Amino acid sequence: MGDRRITDHPILDFDEGEVIHFTFDGKPMEGREGDTIASALHANGVKVLGYHFKTKRPRGFYCAIGNCSACLMIVNGKSNVRTCTEPLLPGMVVEKQLDRGVPDDV
Amino acid sequence: MMYDIDLVVIGGGPAGLMAANTATEAGAEVLLLERDGHLGGQLVKQTHKFFGSEKQHASVRGIDISTMLGDRLDSFGERATVWKNATAIGFYEDGVITVDHDGIYKKVKPKRVVVATGASEKFLSFPNNDLPGIYGAGAVQTMMNVYGIRPGHRVLMIGAGNIGLIVSYQLMQAGVSVAAIVEGLPQIGGYAVHAGKVRRAGVPILTSHTILRADGKESVERATIARIDRTWNAIPGTEKTIECDVICISVGLTPLAELLWQAGCEMRYIPSLGGSVPLRNNCLETTVKGVYVAGDVTGIEEASAAMVEGHLAGLEAAASLGFKGDRYSEERKDCMEQLAALRSGPTAEKIRTGLACAECL
Repeated sequence: MGDRRITDHPILDFDEGEVIHFTFDGKPMEGREGDTIASALHANGVKVLGYHFKTKRPRGFYCAIGNCSACLMIVNGKSNVRTCTEPLLPGMVVEKQLDRGVPDDV
Repeated sequence: MMYDIDLVVIGGGPAGLMAANTATEAGAEVLLLERDGHLGGQLVKQTHKFFGSEKQHASVRGIDISTMLGDRLDSFGERATVWKNATAIGFYEDGVITVDHDGIYKKVKPKRVVVATGASEKFLSFPNNDLPGIYGAGAVQTMMNVYGIRPGHRVLMIGAGNIGLIVSYQLMQAGVSVAAIVEGLPQIGGYAVHAGKVRRAGVPILTSHTILRADGKESVERATIARIDRTWNAIPGTEKTIECDVICISVGLTPLAELLWQAGCEMRYIPSLGGSVPLRNNCLETTVKGVYVAGDVTGIEEASAAMVEGHLAGLEAAASLGFKGDRYSEERKDCMEQLAALRSGPTAEKIRTGLACAECL
């Protein structure tokens, strides 16, 4: 799904940042330096980020700027991470969220 | 620990950056809170050149304006502090603002506040509107212009306002095909110059049309559109199926005003400004003394007006603390004139009407 990365653009230059390895539901994937978790997943062709806790309908991001909460996922075991604004870091373990999640540090 | 400071600016977009720059230049000590990891707000994805006059950076691209304003703030050294990854999470009656800064809970008690929190994208009701692949137009712009990712292969754009038109053109610049632009109104809402660009590239703009539904198994595979009559009802027999893997919703924005509600500012629902907005005087001070507003949180306009409002709010907040430069009156007058000019055209009629109801103090 490499064709999702823009390489040729009339105005913008996109540096090919360092490759960042992470996993999505146990599958190894590659993102780039500068990616958010959601942008890296999208580059890998992943649009479904979780399922609604009640209706079980698939969910993807909507706003991509941290407003709408449609992109919440489990990252390194922590639920309700806004993956559309959270920077991708090496070794992250990213999973689809299927429930409301659990609050941390309680 | 409680941080004491002259002025806190909430939001590091065009309005907040201008407010922080102006107030710091006037002599105030300023703290700017930005939720994101970088400054600029939505300027960071605006690859198009701005309109307006030279003072509003006309013919400069939004991304470059963002850098200019950020660099200027940097140049003030420690008089202007910037907290990135800092979300204002509460605004209390005693004037205390609580902040989640890099996961650490902090409290700030400023003498004055400029709220410049911007706006969020509106949504549209239709069956299956929650399918992955249905994105706000701004979200698609962020994916493409900030992260360099194509949202898909073929896009249906809903809304022919300036954002719908500009993002359609930017999709094509990124190598994505745009199937059509659908607009409910009988006429195109955005500027003719933007509409001309997408039309010349072969994209049909279907006015008096709406989306009836989206379909797809796990994500969007197609959309059904139809012509609508004057009462916005679909005309039977005019349905059309459009194959697409992305549907972009560009039906306007609504102010992100939660902090103002919590602070106790008097609010009024004004549809032409996008939702509930704070009442204020012509210097952008709300009903809560010392709380100023600027940018889209005051009502939806565009970045040029947001920058001038930020300038005015920063100037006024600083002046009320006694930081009044020699050019104060001149600058104030200039801001008011720039705002009047930006809102002078026939397309700004509804903004002028809306503002007349909001600027009433």
